[in-house]
Amino acid sequence: MTFREGPIAPKPSASVPLAKGEGLVSQRAAASSESHWSDRLLRTALDWTEPAIEWIIRLCGWSAILFVFSIFFFVFREAAPVLFGKLSLTEFFTSTRWQPTSEVRPEYGALALLVGTLAVTALAMLIAVPLGLGAAVYVSEFSSGKLKETLKILIELLAAIPSIVWGFIGYMVLGPLIIQTTGAAVGVNLLNGGVILALMSVPIIVSVGEDALKAVPDAYREAALSLGASRWEIVYRVLFPAARNGLLAAVLLGVGRAIGETMAVLMATGHAVEIPHSLLDPIRTLTATIASELGEAVSGSMHYRVLFVIGLVLFAVSFVINLTADLVVKGIHNE
Amino acid sequence: MVNIAEAWAEQYHREHPNIRVQVLGGGSGVGIASLIDGNCDMANTSRKMKKPEIDAARKSRGAKPQEIIVGHDALAIYVHKNNPLDSISVEELADLYGEGGRITKWSQLGVPEGTLGTDQIIRVNRQSSSGTYAYFREAVLGKGRDLKLASIDANGSKDAVSLISHTPSAIGYSGMGYATPAVKTLKVSRRRGEPGVAPTVENARNGSYPITRPLQIYVIGTPAGAVKDYLHWILAPEGQNVVLQLGYVPAKLH
Repeated sequence: MTFREGPIAPKPSASVPLAKGEGLVSQRAAASSESHWSDRLLRTALDWTEPAIEWIIRLCGWSAILFVFSIFFFVFREAAPVLFGKLSLTEFFTSTRWQPTSEVRPEYGALALLVGTLAVTALAMLIAVPLGLGAAVYVSEFSSGKLKETLKILIELLAAIPSIVWGFIGYMVLGPLIIQTTGAAVGVNLLNGGVILALMSVPIIVSVGEDALKAVPDAYREAALSLGASRWEIVYRVLFPAARNGLLAAVLLGVGRAIGETMAVLMATGHAVEIPHSLLDPIRTLTATIASELGEAVSGSMHYRVLFVIGLVLFAVSFVINLTADLVVKGIHNE
Repeated sequence: MVNIAEAWAEQYHREHPNIRVQVLGGGSGVGIASLIDGNCDMANTSRKMKKPEIDAARKSRGAKPQEIIVGHDALAIYVHKNNPLDSISVEELADLYGEGGRITKWSQLGVPEGTLGTDQIIRVNRQSSSGTYAYFREAVLGKGRDLKLASIDANGSKDAVSLISHTPSAIGYSGMGYATPAVKTLKVSRRRGEPGVAPTVENARNGSYPITRPLQIYVIGTPAGAVKDYLHWILAPEGQNVVLQLGYVPAKLH
């Protein structure tokens, strides 16, 4: 990681003889003498700044690790007092009764929230994976020139829409539309949340998936073409197996996006504590529960701590997904 | 009651340009927590402070929190504007919202099937940590009963009303200041069969409307200086007019 020997620092001998030419103070010599001065200054500055910059960059790298660990530590510390003992983990994972502010008997069954998160993520992926991979194949293999560039820019634009705007679309546009077309009693439900989350995950799946397809060497395509394969056969038989790992990573990143999303699902899913029996039932997710309840939960109370336990569960889930995605992506480079 | 607090702060700043009142939202619980932590001078709340909260405040701030009632809020029962229902009783609300309650369909409340698209009642609720939720639960069910799960839990009074305006078969509650032309407020009676009382300023103040709650400001110890002047102004006609204009019920008659 050292650049000190690089071409930036000139060799000291280069300008020294010119500085000595006292009697021949020509225009050129004056300029050289000046450059000699600045060279030395630059050299000293580089001697100091280079290690400093190196350290700053190193700290930036370390800070990511530091932040992850301190966030985990903080969430764990807030959850720990109830995690071992006061909170029944059997109740937490198997009961659907979430009544944290009950004055009769507070209950902390998070099963309905877990099922809600899984259901809306699964539905979102059911929509987003074919859509996203299809779009990735189209952008990478079937479009070219201006169209390809425009598509890529538009897809990136889609990724830049803030989640609150997606939530608003679900709430104001998609909700009434669902009531009109399906006759559902309520428009903010599993279907609404799933569609919104799918639209939010598609850009990630497309851009990572397209990169994976682009990484397949052209020789594969040419070989398949010379064997008489059709374009569809090239995609299906050659590109998909060759880019398998990258495409899987694209899907997993999409899943991670969907599970962690908060604001949009809070607005679009109806936020109702129940296990859904149909696509048109409202649901509630783990993330949305934290978002809506943490603000007014008395800090240090049981309710407050159980919300942090939910945070730990989410942490664990996204950790596993990211790790899987990472390992899968590493697989690409090893092959 | 963050909308009242903000309106007061703005109005007061206009009349006293050298005093700036900073208002932070988040709900009654957040206000009380900030008061206990010493992060604010006044906590505007739509529920009373609980005993442990009062003790915590006395311990951390060194004096007892004082309660000043600054207005009243009538929780209106909202339905979609196309809903033919005109009146509902607290008993029916308890049967609809309370655990073990039997009302789940509009036909049970006398709304003919088919008028709202579906017969199923969509209960709009608030997130369980909000002061409005706690007050509604207490006013309708008393102390010993919980609200039914599987309701749509809106994340704010305005959100609840806006969701009802988009959902023909929904019913919900919010402060009466949140009414819009797209929703309808129901008359409320205490018991089945009794004539309902409309959620109006007079009915809330004279106590005939069944779901009314006080709005209060908590301060630590005896208010002094700028805080004292501000509280005086809030209870004076200027401040109470703000309460009235926002659709709430003033604490004092002038």
